[in-house]
Order: sequence, then C-alpha cells, then structure tokens
Amino acid sequence: MNIVTRPDDLSGPGRRTRIEKITRRSVLKGLGIAGGLVLAAPVMSRQAFAAYQTGAGKMPHGTVIDPRVFVAIAPNGTVTIVAHRSEMGTGVRTSLPLIVAEEMEADWSRVKVAQAHGDEVKYGNQDTDGSRSTRHYLMPMRQIGASARTMLENAAAKRWGVPVTEVKAVNHEVVHAASGRRLGFGELAAEAAKEPVPGVESLALKNPKDFRYLGKGEVGIVDLRDITVGTAHYGSDTRLPGMKYAVIARPPVTGGKLVSFDASDAMKVSGVEKVMEVQGWPWPSKFQPLGGVAVIARNTGTAIKGRDALKIVWDDGANGKYDSAAYRTELEEAARKPGLIVRKEGDVDAALKGADRVIVGEYYLPHLAHVSMEPPVAVADVRDGKAEIWAPVQSPGGTREDVAKTLGIPEDSVTVNVTLLGGGFGRKSKCDFALEAALLSKAVGAPVKVQWTREDDVRHDFLHTVSVERIEAGLDKNGKVIAWRHRSAAPTIASTFAAHAVHAAPFELGMGLIDMPFEIANIQCENPEAVAHTRIGWFRSVSNIPRAFAVQSMVGEIAHATNRDQKETLLELIGKPRLVKLDSVKDPWNYGEPFDSYPIDTGRLRRVVEVVADKGGWGRSVPKGHGLGIAVHRSFVSYIATIVEVSVGDKGKLTVHQVDTAIDCGTFVNPERIQSQIEGAAIMGLSLAKYGEISFKDGKVQQGNFDDFPVIRIDEAPLVTNVHIVPVDADTPPSGVGEPGVPPFAPALINAIFAATGKRIRALPIGKQLET
Amino acid sequence: MIRLKINGQEQNWDGDPDLPLLWFLRDEIGLTGTKFGCGQALCGSCTVMMDKEAVRSCITSVSDAAGREVTTIEGLHPTGDHAVQKAWRQVNVPQCGFCQAGQIMQAAALLIENPKPSHDQIREAMSGNICRCGCYQRIENAVHLASTGV
Repeated sequence: MNIVTRPDDLSGPGRRTRIEKITRRSVLKGLGIAGGLVLAAPVMSRQAFAAYQTGAGKMPHGTVIDPRVFVAIAPNGTVTIVAHRSEMGTGVRTSLPLIVAEEMEADWSRVKVAQAHGDEVKYGNQDTDGSRSTRHYLMPMRQIGASARTMLENAAAKRWGVPVTEVKAVNHEVVHAASGRRLGFGELAAEAAKEPVPGVESLALKNPKDFRYLGKGEVGIVDLRDITVGTAHYGSDTRLPGMKYAVIARPPVTGGKLVSFDASDAMKVSGVEKVMEVQGWPWPSKFQPLGGVAVIARNTGTAIKGRDALKIVWDDGANGKYDSAAYRTELEEAARKPGLIVRKEGDVDAALKGADRVIVGEYYLPHLAHVSMEPPVAVADVRDGKAEIWAPVQSPGGTREDVAKTLGIPEDSVTVNVTLLGGGFGRKSKCDFALEAALLSKAVGAPVKVQWTREDDVRHDFLHTVSVERIEAGLDKNGKVIAWRHRSAAPTIASTFAAHAVHAAPFELGMGLIDMPFEIANIQCENPEAVAHTRIGWFRSVSNIPRAFAVQSMVGEIAHATNRDQKETLLELIGKPRLVKLDSVKDPWNYGEPFDSYPIDTGRLRRVVEVVADKGGWGRSVPKGHGLGIAVHRSFVSYIATIVEVSVGDKGKLTVHQVDTAIDCGTFVNPERIQSQIEGAAIMGLSLAKYGEISFKDGKVQQGNFDDFPVIRIDEAPLVTNVHIVPVDADTPPSGVGEPGVPPFAPALINAIFAATGKRIRALPIGKQLET
Repeated sequence: MIRLKINGQEQNWDGDPDLPLLWFLRDEIGLTGTKFGCGQALCGSCTVMMDKEAVRSCITSVSDAAGREVTTIEGLHPTGDHAVQKAWRQVNVPQCGFCQAGQIMQAAALLIENPKPSHDQIREAMSGNICRCGCYQRIENAVHLASTGV
C-alpha cells in the first residue's frame, strides 16, 4: 500500500527519495533538536553573484542563495538538500542537490533530497522550463554549498580554538590536519547553524579538478529505486482520506461554452456521487480552466463511466469552423506575401532579384500534442479558506499564484506540493488541471482528484503551434548564397494570454528565426500575421522545431542544387568563427541570457558539426538504400548537431540505423543525464517527424489517443543512438540540455531520407509520403 | 462479491464487476504503482501480470481477474530485486519513470515466457509499451542484461 495521507506524514522515517513536503515544522521534527542549518531566519539574498552573468536574476523572484533555506543537517549527519525545481525526467532533482553536496563536501550517500513546495519568495524562481535549471543554478548551488561548508569549518575552528585556515571540510567531516582531530557534519550542525552566512564575495569555490561528482555521471537519480519498485510518487498517486475522484467533460472547441446538460443517466451509474458544472473562463484566459461538466465518483473508472453517460449541449463559439487543412492554405498564403520585418541586413529584394538562381522551400509543420505518459492530474483540498494542492506542475510558484487568484484567497493560504511529473514537455507549465481540482474541491467540500483521460489530454492540450516556414535562398553563379529571406507564419503563444495577438513574441522570434547564424550578406526575416484558433503553448524546444526544420532542410536543398556535400555546404553557410551580431533586430531575445555570457558563437556551432561528423562517421559508405543526413542548431544557448542514418524499405518502411549527436552545453553537471536527454530527444524528434499531427475539423481535435496520435515505439526506435558531449573550458557557462536535442533531429532525418531516396519532404509528418 | 488475489493477498469487490482492474488497484486498494496512461491498452503503462502473463489492467475488468493470481509492480519481488528491476537500475533506464512499472512488468513476463530473448524479440515483446521520454535503447539493454544475469 502506498497511501499518502496528510502532509505531516509525508516526511516519513528514513525514506531517502520519497517526495517530502518540507515545512519548517516537519524539518524541525525530523531534526529532533533545535539545530541544523535550516534554523536561522531570514532569506539572505535575492541576487545571485556569479562569475558569469545569467538571466537568472531577471526571472520572477530571482535567485535565493541562502544555505539555511536549502540545506539542513541532522545530528546523525544526514544532510537534507532541497530540490526547488520539478522533476519531469531530466534528472534535475538529483543534479541540483548534487552540486550543493559537491561544494559542501557532503557524502552523497548520506544526502536526502527534499522537494520544495511552491514558494518563490523562499526559494527563488521555480519555473522548470526553458532548459534553464542547470544554466541558472549551477553557480548559485555551488555558492550555497560553499556557504554551508564555510559555516561548518568556522564552527569546527571555533570548537577547537584554531584558525579556520587550518581546518578543512572533507567528505562529510571537518578535519584539523595538524592535530588529527575530526568532527562529523552532524556533530557540528547546531554550532554551524549559529555561524553567520558568509558573504558571497568571500566564498572560495572548489577547484573543478577536485570535483568528486560534478562532470562524472556516476551518480544515479535519487528516485531510481522507487521508480523500479512502484513507490515513486507522481501526481496521480496522491490519496487523501475522503478523497473524491472526478473527470470533466470540457467544451470540444476552444472558446466553446456549456449550454445545458442532462445528468440523469450518469447519476444512475453505481458509484457516481455528483454531477456539476465547472466554471470556465472565456478564451483566451492564460491557464484558466475551460469549464464543462464534472462527474464525481468513488473511483476514477466509475467517474469515466458516468461521464460517458452524460448528454451535453455545447455552444462551439467563434472557433467552431476551425479546419486545419484550410488553415494550412491560409498560412501558406500569408508566407507568400511580405510580413512584419524582424531582421534586416543588406537588401534582400535586390539580392534575390540579382541572384543567378533562387531556391524556394516552403515547410509545413502541424500542431503537436505533448502526450506526456502521465496525463494531467491534480488533487486539491480546499477548506476553511485554505487550499492545498498536490500536482505534477512545472511551475509550482505560478500554480500557487493562479490557485490563489482563482479561489480569491491570499497566496499565503495556498500550499502547492510538487509530486514527480510523469513527463512534462511544457504541458505541465500550465496549471489548468490544478485549478479545476481546486474549484471542485471547494464546491464539494472534500479533497478531489481530477484525472484527465488521454482523450482529454489530446483534445484539450495547449498545443504546439502550426507553422509555414518559407525560405528563399538566392545563389550567385558560383553557388554561394547571397540572399536569405525567411518568413515564419505561425500562431503565437501570446494568443493564449491576450486576444488578437497575431505576431510572434520576441521569445518566439529568438528561437531560430532572427538568430539564424549563417554568414550571408543579405538577410531578411519576416513574421506575417497568424490568428490562433486553439490554445497554443510551449512544447519541448518550442519554435525551434519548425525553424530548425526549415533552415536545415534548406541547407540540404542548397547542397543538392549545387551538387555539394551537406556538411561542407553547412560549414560554408555558417562561415568563419565569429560572434553573430543582431544589430538590426529591435528586441533580440537570447533565451533570457545576456549576449556577453552567451553569444551566438559560430566557432562553437562549427565545432559540433565537426565533432559529430568525425565521431558519427560522416561520409562513410552506407549500404544501398541507406542515406546520411546532418543538421545543426543552436537553441537554449547550447549547440547541437545530429547525423542520422536511415533506410527506406518496402512500402516506405523507415528504419533509423544510427543517430549521432554532438552537444556543446558548456560546463555540465551530469553527463549521464545529458546522454539520456539526447537519446530521448531523438525519439521525440522521430515521433514528430514520422507521425506528429493534431488536426482540426469543425473546431474539434480529430485525434484522441495513441492509435490516431501515435508516437514512436521501441520497435521503430533508432537501432543505436550515440551522444558525444563536447568538452569545454571549465569557465564556459552552462547552457540548456532538456530541449535542444529535439530541433536538429527532424531535418537530419529528412536530409537522410533525401540522400537515400531522392525524395524531399517539406511537410511533416512523413506519414504516408514515402509509400508511393 | 468478487474475490481476487493480488500480490498473494485476498481482496474483495462488491461494486461494478466491469470496473477496470486498473482503477480497483489504484483507487480502491491503493496500489498506485500501476499507472494510467491511455485507458485503451495502447500504451502499456498499466501492465500487470495475471497468472504470469502480461495484461493491460485498463481493459481487464475486475470480474475477469476473479480467481486469477494478479501481480503488480509492488508484488513483483519481495525486496524489489527482481532481475529486471536490478537491471533497470544498473542501466539507469528511467527518465520521468512513469511508464516504467508497466515496462518492468512486461519485461518480467517476457522473461518467464522466453528467458533468453534476442534483441529483435525484445523489441517485439516490448512494442506495446510506450515511453514518451524515449528510454528505449536502455530498455532494450536492460532486458538483455536481465536475461543474461545481473
């Protein structure tokens, strides 16, 4: 049995990896005495001091680097380190605490990880998205660890009456070498807690050559055992006494409304307890619930059966005519006309006019659903003016804010417990499912779990946008590219926040459009208008998917047109090693990072191409019917290149024989998890390339489950995926890992298919295009 | 009243006999290791063993499970050290981990039926289990490792 009851029971004895709710009370109880670093009071600093600048300080609530917030030491020596970001499979719940343990000289086998609840005033920004966690927190976590170590050393020096310069923390104890005395961290905890927190400027960080854990990849994720024995705690695993189970029938069209419903048959289903309307918000409403009719029952299966028996009349509203086939034509037309100019160098019109030839590629990518294995789910217990939520959310701070607003109670009255996420990919940055649970719990006066079915998930997602990317490349008579016009037409994520948003937001423009790194004299990027007809949201790597697909497919087209090698063409387009300047761009977005720390460095871009070509055997001879394709893309300030070897057999049967990816993500923490992220990115890239399409008719999503929205299974997975991490200097700032593996995969695959078959695919998914 | 045997323990159910076993396990008796992923036997997240055969508990009714030995991830091995579980940890298979209980139960059932599967047989037998994170290469390696001795 794995019944989780009230929060006070959650900090259970000696369970290293259980999801724990750390309140001051439970920490104190766990410690047994009034000691430990966690005791001292206020939060110290808002702003991370860093050897390199990142965008961390500009995130909502910035960074907190107070060791008293993140570290507790029990008298028995157990060190508890708080993970304040959400675990959705990247390994962050291990990696960030591991950084603290490294710097404080804690022995990892004596470290427990405690999951923070949503509290950004206390912990700093908690949005687990944008491939930012390691990038923003490597240095702050080192500083937290170094502070804790310094406090322990100061306490030991005081106890022994020796200068602090004579003592040193080593592997969970502080040692005085001259006298051979040593004290364990547990023995020093109470005194260390009374030491002042050292100023950031005074901290001595470890020399990277002395790292025991960082950069090694020898530490497994903290939840590994629990996952393999079925005790890992996900959103759907929360059980509270008296909890009711609910599913909701939501308006099938975005912006639609409930007109009426007949619950008489549903109420006849044995075990159904209540059927009620759920409040909906007019679209667009950020992450507010869609509304609809909830069926509340003694278990989820019964609630689903009850929902099947509902008779509901909906008003479809203004999007009731949304038809994705017609919309594709609309986007294509938009991309064939001038649009808002968002980057301009030289004179593209003149250069295209004067070009020896112009190659035009028009690339289409449909909507995609996230389909994380765990569909959205949340438990809420709202009573006496307070709300407690248990949910797999990427944004616990944002969830807390939105629950408070939705219920009309102060944020202080809302507790958000973050469970493990059964996948996220951006979907769980939007907390509508938690808000639904809060509304229902308030209405029925009992804890309620809202479970989304897979069909709910597919049909009411915040979908990846749909786009037409049109590139015109003008070549001179030597085949050199002298003009490049890229028009990107796609509904914007901003449309989920504000009605009538028709142009890409700066953060969308910055994902592979305005930051295009090629050395071409005349460049123009344009963004025609596109109206959204459904909820658009972030999907792992976001606008980089269509942009990299278009740009890197065009490289393949240029290589073919000029009868040159793909890789050589790519390197020629990238040009000489330099830092790309975006002087013509009004608001050049760089993933929120300063360009000083994170320039667009074509030297690094070239290097990943060269590394993957070398390690992945570019140019090797492959069997007849096989082809090699290559693509490179900078995203989330990391540089990634991928080579795919593919063959196309009878009836278009696609086999991916080998994938090689080189990643330069700057300084890294856990290469083993980088490898797993990149392996997974190849699968996600292959899924979207081969099958990914959400289509609409009469405003309704036409897919519902893995039969009509398939994803890659093991029998179609690449036979081998190799990951090559490019080593960098120790002072290179860390950059993103979770997302950047996805964008180069599809164009590398499509270029490989072209090499194998001579067929150029410009619209995804591949679907049946190779059958004929 | 339906009598069931789950992980060696007797359980009774006097509700809807058509209730999918998945929801009985998760909501009625609190065995939450078995996961809900699709509800239509398309993804394998809910895989349990019934008399040593892998079944999808989302489309298996409680009445279908009557009189059968049901094993969930919680009951696969008394200390969680089944060869498949050990191999899984050795290979560091999981990312988010949500599908893994179903994957492990499927793999354990495969090894009962075929103790030395080839790589092709592993890929075929595991093809009903989706992992959206894309741990497939490691799943294949872990099943192979479990079959050759951990």
